[in-house]
Amino acid sequence: MKIVVCIKQVPNTSEVKLDPVTGTLIREGIPSIINPDDKAGLEAALRIKEKTGAKVCAITMGPPQAEKALREALAMGVDEAILVTDRKFGGADTWATSFTLAAAIRKLNYDLIITGRQAIDGDTAQVGPQIAEHLKLPSVSYVEGIQVKDGHLIVKRQYEDRYHMIKVHFPCLITALSELNEPRYMTPGGVFDAYREKEITVWTLEDLDVDRTQIGLKGSPTKVYKSFAKQLKPAGTVLTLDPEEAASYLVEKLKEKHIL
Amino acid sequence: MDFFLSQEHEMLRTLYKEFAEREVKPFAQEVDEEEKFPIESVKKLQKYGFMGIPFPKQFGGQGADTLAYIMAIEELSAACATTGVIVSAHTSLGAHPILEFGTPEQKEKYLKPLAEGKLLGAFALTEPNAGTDAAGQQTKAVLDGDHYILNGSKIFITNAGYADIYIVMAMTDKSKGTRGISAFIVEKDSPGFRVGKKELKMGIRGSSTCELIFENCRVPKENLLSKEGKGFKVAMNTLDGGRIGIAAQALGIAQGALDETIKYVKERKQFGRSLSKFQITQFEIADMCTKIEAARMLVYKAACYKDAKKPFGKEAAMAKLFAAEVAMEVTTKAVQLHGGYGYTRDYSVERMMRDAKITEIYEGTSEVQKMVISANVLN
Repeated sequence: MKIVVCIKQVPNTSEVKLDPVTGTLIREGIPSIINPDDKAGLEAALRIKEKTGAKVCAITMGPPQAEKALREALAMGVDEAILVTDRKFGGADTWATSFTLAAAIRKLNYDLIITGRQAIDGDTAQVGPQIAEHLKLPSVSYVEGIQVKDGHLIVKRQYEDRYHMIKVHFPCLITALSELNEPRYMTPGGVFDAYREKEITVWTLEDLDVDRTQIGLKGSPTKVYKSFAKQLKPAGTVLTLDPEEAASYLVEKLKEKHIL
Repeated sequence: MDFFLSQEHEMLRTLYKEFAEREVKPFAQEVDEEEKFPIESVKKLQKYGFMGIPFPKQFGGQGADTLAYIMAIEELSAACATTGVIVSAHTSLGAHPILEFGTPEQKEKYLKPLAEGKLLGAFALTEPNAGTDAAGQQTKAVLDGDHYILNGSKIFITNAGYADIYIVMAMTDKSKGTRGISAFIVEKDSPGFRVGKKELKMGIRGSSTCELIFENCRVPKENLLSKEGKGFKVAMNTLDGGRIGIAAQALGIAQGALDETIKYVKERKQFGRSLSKFQITQFEIADMCTKIEAARMLVYKAACYKDAKKPFGKEAAMAKLFAAEVAMEVTTKAVQLHGGYGYTRDYSVERMMRDAKITEIYEGTSEVQKMVISANVLN
């Protein structure tokens, strides 16, 4: 069995701050991480690997520095890592991204493709299902549970007020939710091997059989009309406590903030 | 000369920080308050390979290096010094001597499960009358057929009661002084071996520090580590390496206290502005940062010397001497900058100040480090 996991390197949005003057994101100095839903996808693949001996390949499209996300995937235990990178892929919207990734995945053998539901820096949730469309594969999104069977999967799909149990035959694509699992830590030895023993395969435009009008900024049908900063309001905390407990909680919080 | 960490060490730093933040820090207060050995954190450390970082893969280790190892001690100790010393005593003192001096059979039988995190290690040199003066050992080992018979006791043994394997020093020939000391690998279930009184300590209160008692304890003769009479060499070599671990622990405590203090002085307001706006605070923070960075350079240098297989005894002693002093100074200042709150147990700097003190004492007091350094320079 061969599993391909699509991952994206994203800025750690919990540390992103807004420029108070321009209202834009300050990205400098913000550490990059593997997108959380994608990391759950990696973990799901590694658990299947542990059970079935499957081979896991992580793939990402991004600038050269996205290599770090792949090294992290290697340190978690994936067998192979592919970086799809080229200046001509730059500025891609979800269409151009999925088109390019699908072209890359077509070069691989696979039974299962796992992507994250959505990336925390874009929140579109489009790339996974679009890859499935390009590759003409069945896909199930919002997966929060996986059982591997002979030749198919039984997946639990999250829905607004319920969930669906879906049987899906290989080859197929699923999009993973962070709720799917608790991703493992890298091991120290895994980190050393990821840098010292393992190689990352790099594919540029030259390596892909792809219609050049469908890639990068030029191949992106999405036109951004306007960007603006969302008015941020801190999320409130709702508590259901006895009046006495509530009061001591409040006092505790005020003390924490040195107001009391 | 290159002061930059490699990419793999940078990534390890991220890993260690994340692990410490999620798996260690939330329990640090409770571990201290209740003097509770953090068994759950230790199990996770074992599961994720933290107990065998510098050992070769063939012996169950992670195949990383000393720098990778001491960075782990640093980051764990920044969150919880108890957790830091558990890993340090296990790795540097319990497992490392087997890598250095063990037979292939001893490595297979003991080092492998220790490095894989299946067993926990400890090291026993100190006795009631033999601390810094290691030659005053009273524990005796006498060969009787296929076994050595050990009699005596050890005190202040880190990880005691939780460890599966103990490296124990005992006299095989009292007349030869330090050359009469031999090292043994003792399993926790050996007949005649038991763990005695637990110490109640000022700091690192979650770490288990106990007495070990040997009453006609039978140890198979193949568990002699190195040769008869070479125990002092085993101990001194082991402690040289152990010092880098303790230096890293001290460094981590200092960094942890600084991080807490930076957070506090930015939040805390007096006279209408945050403490961080006062120049006295700024200058204190500048001093703390600078000293920590100087300590870090010494600690990392000692680790790099060890990795490069260069003599590192002096470097390790300097690193431990300096980092321990910095830990004490920085944590004391951290409490001061926290004012009255800093003296309460609601803030972790109080614990860190108590934890810091031991780094000036164990695995060679600061005075012993000065002896080692001066002997290297003067002789």
